[in-house]
Amino acid sequence: MMSGNIIEITGLHFSYKAEGDDKAAAEVLKGVDLSIKEGEMIAVLGHNGSGKSTLAKHINGILTATEGKVIVDGIDASDESRLFELRQHAGMVFQNPDNQIVSSIVEEDVAFALENLGVPYEEMRRRVDDALKAVGMYEYRLHSPSQLSGGQKQRVAIAGIIAMRPRIIVLDEPTAMLDPQGRREVMSTIKRMNREQGITIVLITHYMDEAAQCGRIAVMDKGRIILDDTPEKVFSQVEIMKKVGLDVPQVTELAWELSRAGYDISPETISEEECVKAILKLFAE
Amino acid sequence: MLKDITIGQFFPGDSIIHRLDPRFKIVITLIFIIMLFTGGTFLCLAVGAVYTLMAVLLSGIPMKMFAKSVKPIMPFLVITAVINLLLMNSGDVLWSWKFIKITHDGINTSVFMIIRIVLLIVGSSILTYTTTPITLTDAIEHLLSPLKRLKFPVHELAMMMSIALRFIPTLIEETDKIISAQKARGAEFDTGSFMNRARNMISILVPLFISSFRRADELATAMECRCYHGGEGRTRLRQLKSAPRDYIALFITILFFALVIALGHICK
Repeated sequence: MMSGNIIEITGLHFSYKAEGDDKAAAEVLKGVDLSIKEGEMIAVLGHNGSGKSTLAKHINGILTATEGKVIVDGIDASDESRLFELRQHAGMVFQNPDNQIVSSIVEEDVAFALENLGVPYEEMRRRVDDALKAVGMYEYRLHSPSQLSGGQKQRVAIAGIIAMRPRIIVLDEPTAMLDPQGRREVMSTIKRMNREQGITIVLITHYMDEAAQCGRIAVMDKGRIILDDTPEKVFSQVEIMKKVGLDVPQVTELAWELSRAGYDISPETISEEECVKAILKLFAE
Repeated sequence: MLKDITIGQFFPGDSIIHRLDPRFKIVITLIFIIMLFTGGTFLCLAVGAVYTLMAVLLSGIPMKMFAKSVKPIMPFLVITAVINLLLMNSGDVLWSWKFIKITHDGINTSVFMIIRIVLLIVGSSILTYTTTPITLTDAIEHLLSPLKRLKFPVHELAMMMSIALRFIPTLIEETDKIISAQKARGAEFDTGSFMNRARNMISILVPLFISSFRRADELATAMECRCYHGGEGRTRLRQLKSAPRDYIALFITILFFALVIALGHICK
């Protein structure tokens, strides 16, 4: 790749067309530019209807751009002849684990993509086992998905994607339907995939604490990316964040309020420990 | 409450019958059914009974499970027996009252039919007790695969079956939730007139249908994301492999079938 970016989105516009009526089209994406480097872990934050899920669906060709270009791993996402190749490189995990598990046996569900791609049996067996071990669900390989908790089901869904050996995984609010325990399981699985296998992660979320765990955050509002920076920098823009209907982590808000009141504390504080340390320092002074 | 419904009738185990290739099991079951309907004498039926008993013992499934499978067809059995008893007028009359005549032949036929149906149910239950629904689907797909040449959508059918099986527990759970939600809003499902109760069911079915359509849409997208494009060029994780024991089982079944045919001829 010339650019060195694994995902290169330029001037992306997208409208849902109303049947037979071109004017009634609602424009959901209004010119999105986003480049993502290989191995990055980026969170896309945004209020409901900001276009973040729509953006995600462009990365593996579920939706195709009305205008603009999406290049993923050197493949033009609008090129239908390379659609399966694209989807193999860029896997996608959705919100509801129940609605993306196809088979009644865990290991067969993980194998689903490989079966579709016609991977021979021996290799399929190996890749399914590897994927299940990677998400820590190997002992459950012969269970039925209905016996699993939400977090476990979502890990199975992730394994089903990893088995394809993708270079990118796009996760569309993967923890939205899970309990806190399940959210922790899924987040640590995602981070491990990024760290150990170097898979580029695009995490669509509306949980601030999850976004804070990523190296980079893009904030979307009304079909545009309005902020794109490190979590510290993004969260310190408390006013902008509030204006687009997003919260910042409590500690950041506290630090921001304090600094606005004239105390010497950086509003780029996102972890509790940092904040405690800074406040203790203030007391000491 | 709804969760207690067992999905399929699979009874986990590791008997020789459990381990048979499901494709062979389906074929064997078909031969068995034909065998029951071939012989018209008690002797033929006795052979079928021996065969069934042998299979039941080998499957290691407790007898009471089979009793359970016969229970729902009891009314059907009684009706069959009564009809046969009343309609068979040939043979020695044992008892008569007005136009009702009970004959020796009538009793014979009734007993014969009952035994035949019970054997049929017990024998085919062995198939569903020892094979998971998903393997059954797989085996059916394999057995029907010659029809692909006639453009019959075998793979699609099997895929639909297995997705249906996969979603049964999910939808049951969902139904449970909807029932609770509607009850919380004051809906009554266990009281009132029959018509009222039927009308109240609509408040369960409508949300259930809407959510099913949404699920179907999401599932289709998720399947596309995993490169699903129909049955062409697909490989399978679950391999169906036939072993010598499958051929032996098939051979024994054919032997019994031949015996029934032979007995049927001799006894004439």
